[in-house]
Amino acid sequence: MSHHIIQAQDLYYTYPDGTMGLNGVSFRIIHGESVALVGANGAGKSTLLLHLNGSLNPTKGKIRIGDIPLTPKNLKTVRRSVGMVFQDPDDQLFMPTVFDDVAFGPLNLGLSVTEVEHNVMQALETVGVSHLKKRPPFKLSGGEKRSVAIAAVLAVSPDILVMDEPSSNLDPRSRSRLIKLLSAFQHTKIIATHDLDLAMDLCERTIVLHQGAITADGLTRDIFQDEALLSRSGLEKPLRLQGCPICGQRTEFQLRA
Amino acid sequence: MGHISQQFFDLGYLDTLASGDSPVHRLDPRVKLITTLAFIATVVSFDKYSISGLIPFAIFPAVQISIAGLPAGYLLKKVLWVSPFAVLVGIFNPLIDQDILLHIGSIGISGGWVSFSSILIRCLLTVTSALILIASTGFDTLCAALQRLGVPRPFVVQLMFLYRYIFVLMDEATRMVRAVSLRSFNSGAMHFRIFVPMMGHLLLRTLDRSQRIHLAMKCRGFDGHIRVIRFMKIRSTDIFFATGCLTFFIVLKYCNISYELGHLITRLIP
Repeated sequence: MSHHIIQAQDLYYTYPDGTMGLNGVSFRIIHGESVALVGANGAGKSTLLLHLNGSLNPTKGKIRIGDIPLTPKNLKTVRRSVGMVFQDPDDQLFMPTVFDDVAFGPLNLGLSVTEVEHNVMQALETVGVSHLKKRPPFKLSGGEKRSVAIAAVLAVSPDILVMDEPSSNLDPRSRSRLIKLLSAFQHTKIIATHDLDLAMDLCERTIVLHQGAITADGLTRDIFQDEALLSRSGLEKPLRLQGCPICGQRTEFQLRA
Repeated sequence: MGHISQQFFDLGYLDTLASGDSPVHRLDPRVKLITTLAFIATVVSFDKYSISGLIPFAIFPAVQISIAGLPAGYLLKKVLWVSPFAVLVGIFNPLIDQDILLHIGSIGISGGWVSFSSILIRCLLTVTSALILIASTGFDTLCAALQRLGVPRPFVVQLMFLYRYIFVLMDEATRMVRAVSLRSFNSGAMHFRIFVPMMGHLLLRTLDRSQRIHLAMKCRGFDGHIRVIRFMKIRSTDIFFATGCLTFFIVLKYCNISYELGHLITRLIP
């Protein structure tokens, strides 16, 4: 389906207080691509993500999701196809139980009760947390919250997954579980992250943002080896690509093609 | 402060209790809500000096606790947490109302003390029954029941969000207080000068969070309606429970069983 394509044309965004958010951003992400969005703090990653489902409107420029331009009129269609996972799961899990939360999206789409139940259970099973369905969100661990937040987005079967810092605040094991889970998804993925190792595992393509503008857009493995580019953008090489601190040698690494 | 936050997290324990299974748990939440409200209304409707008439009402919470298998000690402790309010309401009665109302042996008891104890008993009865309602139903189901009963949606939604985010808010406040106490080395009460900006800061954070929550809701198609799936069906046991309870309350309201029982016993034992 052509819905999976995201196209941004010359996006500019200035916050109401005058801070520059985006400064001429253009890219095109095609069906099934998995793209990492990296950049230092305040580079504009979250601002860009909020544009992708119409939570923020660009001061100048256009966004197209699939065939349709993003306008206030077709916001509902766009939000159905672009699923957004927020950085703090506490913001996203606002309903009294896990089941209610995951059912929130499908119920708003007007699906029947049996359809909703089916979608919810399927989404919960996909992320492996169906046993938590009756639990209130405040009793979940950080990793469980994240999984439920992802399930809540999956329940409306979006074509595109947009994630803001999916691995933040996760312990190492939950993090690798998350990476495994995400790598199994066939969706078009856009992942804003500081976790460059996660980006290496999940995304073939990387877009580097710096001060609201794109400084590089290309293959992840090329970009993460370009030390000059990374340092210009306020970043560092992924830990895996840095020298081993114990033996003083460079570690062997293998990048996924 | 840590103490208070602990109390709040303890509140989550009510939800754990609600996930249990017993004849009381299985009752329709609407029926439970209505009978509990009727119970509270009847208890409150007694005149200010009644004590003996109120005592038999303890049967209702006691039976519920034993059937639902709820921890009575835990519930009583929760009641103690709200009892200062009841004490404040009645504390001046003994000073204002000093007419002797009854005698126990040679000691005269003033009307003020009688009405004060009556207030405390009412507090104990009403708060316990409300807690039993939550502990055997769950807050979310209760909210759904309120909505089914026709309570305006904004109220229900407010209540739901209050319950969802009070834990997050408490957590945030506890962290702030901890940060302050770690750097204000002289242990003691927090200075007003620090407290005020801290509260302001907490408010700003809350506003920020509410904006993010609203955004997350809109991203998932929020259109002003919150929909939840809760199957509620009133069965014959529910009707039996409700009519039984309501009749029981009416009987207790118009017939002072403690008095009759005492009267009977004093007649039997010459």
